[in-house]
Amino acid sequence: MIDVAVIDAGGANLASVCHAVERAGALPRRVRDAAALGAPDRIILPGVGAAAPAMRCLRERGLDIALGGATAPLLGICLGMQLLFEHSEEGDVECLGLLPGRVRRLRGTAGARVPHMGWNSLEDVREAPWLRGIDDGDQAYFVHGYAAAVTPDCMAACGHGSERFAAIVQRGTRHGAQFHPERSATTGARLLANFLGTGSG
Amino acid sequence: MLSRRIIACLDVREGRVVKGVRFRDHVDMGDCVELAMRYRDAGADELVFYDIGASPQQRCVDVRWVERIGRVLDIPFCVAGGIRDVRQAREVLLAGADKISVNTPALERPELVDELAEAFGVQCVVVGIDSLRDADGQWRVRSNTGEPGTLRALPRRTLDWVCEVQARGAGEIVLNCMGSDGVRRGYDLEQLRAVRAACRVPLVASGGAGSAQDFVDVFVQADVDAALAASVFHTGAIGIPVLKQAVAACGIRVRHAA
Repeated sequence: MIDVAVIDAGGANLASVCHAVERAGALPRRVRDAAALGAPDRIILPGVGAAAPAMRCLRERGLDIALGGATAPLLGICLGMQLLFEHSEEGDVECLGLLPGRVRRLRGTAGARVPHMGWNSLEDVREAPWLRGIDDGDQAYFVHGYAAAVTPDCMAACGHGSERFAAIVQRGTRHGAQFHPERSATTGARLLANFLGTGSG
Repeated sequence: MLSRRIIACLDVREGRVVKGVRFRDHVDMGDCVELAMRYRDAGADELVFYDIGASPQQRCVDVRWVERIGRVLDIPFCVAGGIRDVRQAREVLLAGADKISVNTPALERPELVDELAEAFGVQCVVVGIDSLRDADGQWRVRSNTGEPGTLRALPRRTLDWVCEVQARGAGEIVLNCMGSDGVRRGYDLEQLRAVRAACRVPLVASGGAGSAQDFVDVFVQADVDAALAASVFHTGAIGIPVLKQAVAACGIRVRHAA
């Protein structure tokens, strides 16, 4: 069975991510520090909370270095995706620097409230093996107040009011979803299964 | 573009979903997991589970059924009922809930909202507000609305409380308009519009849904982000797929469930 290291950075959605990994047919393993990382088939960095305490937690446990050196495909979810970038405006904190770019606060515009909370559609979904079966207009569940810009690593975008940001990113083995695949019904389950290699067809 | 959300609210007692009329005569509707999956399949965008025994019995939510739901459900869900501190909230979130909702405990000790936002981020923190118009025309909050006999009318104005909880870190507000609740004559559009004007975070309308048109009206006229209902869904008076079609037909964006 696929061994999935689910990084515990103090986020509150660890359980729901682990449950989703199980539903996808893989075996989640909670990893609290670098020594426990081992040689997993996949790594997931979930995260609900704020960037600064999450980064502090990763550094204290040696996970910032361990994640940087890991060769297994890595997926950051929500805050976990934001932490893959170089810097976050949330708490003005240096992040993991595994993807180029900075994370900025959503400003919110008339009729577009922050946090950006709810089901929104994926736009400009690119062709990639891990996006198989995911199309423009498919909806996913977002809950966040910060977001990464649309860069060349952006595999799908999302719009809220007049703001546009990255919904899915990938560069080599580093993947990120700004939304919550574990809470995005069929679309989320497909993305997760594609990432884990447990999907059919 | 963000979709407007349709939220089904389920009252839970000892892991079973129950339906009551004015707090009495609770009818067993089935196991909470079974009903959660039924609503998920019908296309509900989000579920709220309210542990109706928790507050009256002075205890926190029973996390065992939260865990059972968290294992199988793949849409977001919020849990309410008797959450009074960060430790209890953490247990509920670690069991798999996406958000926790607080009502009376926040009125008794408003710092609770700050503490929850600090610990988990504002996106996890929902503040439920039970509100009723008083004889002087002001909307004011009510506490301890979970059972008859304990309800208290507070001097706090609803609009003031909406502003205060946002400043303290509420990431979403559920406004339950008690005057229209259970009557099925539509949401309280006047009150929701007033609260909308004061509310920068997502706002959920609750109380009064009786027809698909009521949902259309509350989205169009009060610009709420989500509309919550319980009895019309439980009785089958409104089916969620048909409701979503009707709402979409009026040009309102909703999620089409696969």
